Amino acid sequence: MESLTLRRVYVWELPVRLYHWVNALCVVVLSVTGYMIGKPLSLPVSGEASFSYFFGWVRFIHFVAAFVFFFNFLGRIYWGFVGNQFARWNNFLPLTPKLLARQWAEFLQVLKVDIFQAQVKPLESIGHNAMAGWTYFATFLAFVFQSVTGFGLYAAMSTSWLPGLFRWIVPLMGGDFAVRQWHHMAMWFFVIFSMVHTYLVFYHDYVEGRGVISSMAGGWKFVERRENVK
Amino acid sequence: MSRPPLTIWEQAQMQGYSRRDFLQFCSWIAAAAGIEASGVPAVVEALDTKPRLPVIWMHFQECTCCSESFIRSSHPIVSNIILDTISLDYTETLQAAAGKQAEAALHSTMEKYKGQYLMLVEGSVPTAADGVYCCIGGRTALDIVREAAAGAKAVVTWGSCASNGCIQASKPNPTKATPIEDVISGVPIIKVPGCPPIAEVMAGVIVHYLAFDRIPQLDGIGRPKAFYSRRVHDTCYRRPNYDAGLFVESFDDENARRGYCLYKVGCRGPVTYNACGVIRWNNGVSYPIQSGHGCIGCSEAHFWDNGPFYQHLASFPGFGIETTADTVGMAVGAVTVAGIAAHAVVTNIRKRSVIAEEIRTSEKIPEQGKDA
Ligand code: HEM
Ligand code: SF4
Repeated sequence: MESLTLRRVYVWELPVRLYHWVNALCVVVLSVTGYMIGKPLSLPVSGEASFSYFFGWVRFIHFVAAFVFFFNFLGRIYWGFVGNQFARWNNFLPLTPKLLARQWAEFLQVLKVDIFQAQVKPLESIGHNAMAGWTYFATFLAFVFQSVTGFGLYAAMSTSWLPGLFRWIVPLMGGDFAVRQWHHMAMWFFVIFSMVHTYLVFYHDYVEGRGVISSMAGGWKFVERRENVK
Repeated sequence: MSRPPLTIWEQAQMQGYSRRDFLQFCSWIAAAAGIEASGVPAVVEALDTKPRLPVIWMHFQECTCCSESFIRSSHPIVSNIILDTISLDYTETLQAAAGKQAEAALHSTMEKYKGQYLMLVEGSVPTAADGVYCCIGGRTALDIVREAAAGAKAVVTWGSCASNGCIQASKPNPTKATPIEDVISGVPIIKVPGCPPIAEVMAGVIVHYLAFDRIPQLDGIGRPKAFYSRRVHDTCYRRPNYDAGLFVESFDDENARRGYCLYKVGCRGPVTYNACGVIRWNNGVSYPIQSGHGCIGCSEAHFWDNGPFYQHLASFPGFGIETTADTVGMAVGAVTVAGIAAHAVVTNIRKRSVIAEEIRTSEKIPEQGKDA
């Protein structure tokens, strides 16, 4: 008789998990506060400005979250070079032809199995599947974009060196206004990504039953092993 | 005639200004130009002793609002003396000469003061169709500006036209209106953007140059730091309302009457570098925000393309004027939700067997309290 056993694999190390949740929190906070900066609430109060600092706080929270987000991201880049095989940078950016070919094949598989569901049997990949890896690479580019445009804008209100490093983006894009527009538009990438991402982890967990959702909490995923038992 | 040209002080005297008026002017303009108090004697000395500056003031694609602003400077010495001085050489709008005489005046200044004159430019230069969209005396603006710049000690680009192209360079820019810095090289350029720039800022730039013989400190894109290092928003008196989250929702509401912040009706103060909040206009009487209208960002490049002026977000390119990044984002979000829902339904149909198989092969845990 064939029996199916699930074996645990330690996939996401603690720094990756920590990064993931700090990042998730930051992105949510940044998107919510950012949206509020773009379209402030109409406060029901009508009074004197000296009694309130509401919008100031919204912006303050955006900026604090921005710094946490930025350094957290830098930490993840570092971990892409020293972490385990699932955390490595080449999951996201296959630079060797061999790796590229493998990931491309897997990408097509994922399209077939998970997106269009032309094939019903689930796929086995332990870390990120290729499509996920590439999508995360796109999010990294978006992180860079938001950091550059965000700090570029922030440079106008700061005298410290870090935002100053990104000042060049303002004339490059044609002025603060354009930078703000692009920064605002990019927020929608995060909104759409978060929706799809959240749905897909539920999907995988539901269809494959391998603990994808909990893997980002405890680090463990489960791989199937079929053996013949007498 | 070899008599040296008059100094500004000498001219002021001739026009009947007292020494007291003159000194008041010097300290006022020094303050306006962002020169610290210890620099005032240098300004006095310069205006006292230095012969007037040879100046050529050129007009290309523009509306002359820079000149109009300049002659409305709150201090009469600016318009009376500096402008009179300037008009001695060449400026299309104010000079008495016309035609051949004007051309002769221009060329004699360019030859006599080669390498010494200050070139002030109002207006952009069209480069499409070899520059035929702006010709003066039979020559293209492009030609003239290049020739004049070659002998200039420094160039000041007045206003947004000369500094960044302004309205004629807005999309689709049919004449390829080009800011001055993109058509000349090899001369220091001071950009004084604004539509128009503030008169005191213009005077301040000239006086600074006159007093110290060098161009004022510029920021990364060539604007004098003294006037353009802060955003309108940073010096706006409505800022406490912004920080408190108290906004005008429409121009005729109660909040507008209370003087709340104009951010939600499109104020560009947070993205505009200028000194309006500090120096203000017309003798320091007011500035747009004080008069209840948001800043339209007239000193920023491409401000005409960043409309509509009365909403915070610009219209999204290609989707018509009412559509912003948020409208597009919401639509894409709605499509995504629909896509997710459809995918979830399809999953439950297509993968039914897989899920059933998994449930079937999973461990059966005996119910508690019963024997296996
Ligand atoms: C996930 C990342 C981020 C998202 C989704 C996001 C979103 C937004 C949005 C929607 C706005 C409003 C723009 C407008 O309509 O005017 C905004 C403003 C801003 N953001 Fe971000 N942002 C992110 C990261 C950052 C980072 C890393 C910084 C770096 C400091 C930053 C700094 C700013 C600044 C300075 C503003 C202008 C705020 C103001 O002047 O009031 N943002 N952000
Ligand atoms: S009115 Fe404009 S410049 Fe003034 S605080 Fe509001 S947004 Fe800033």
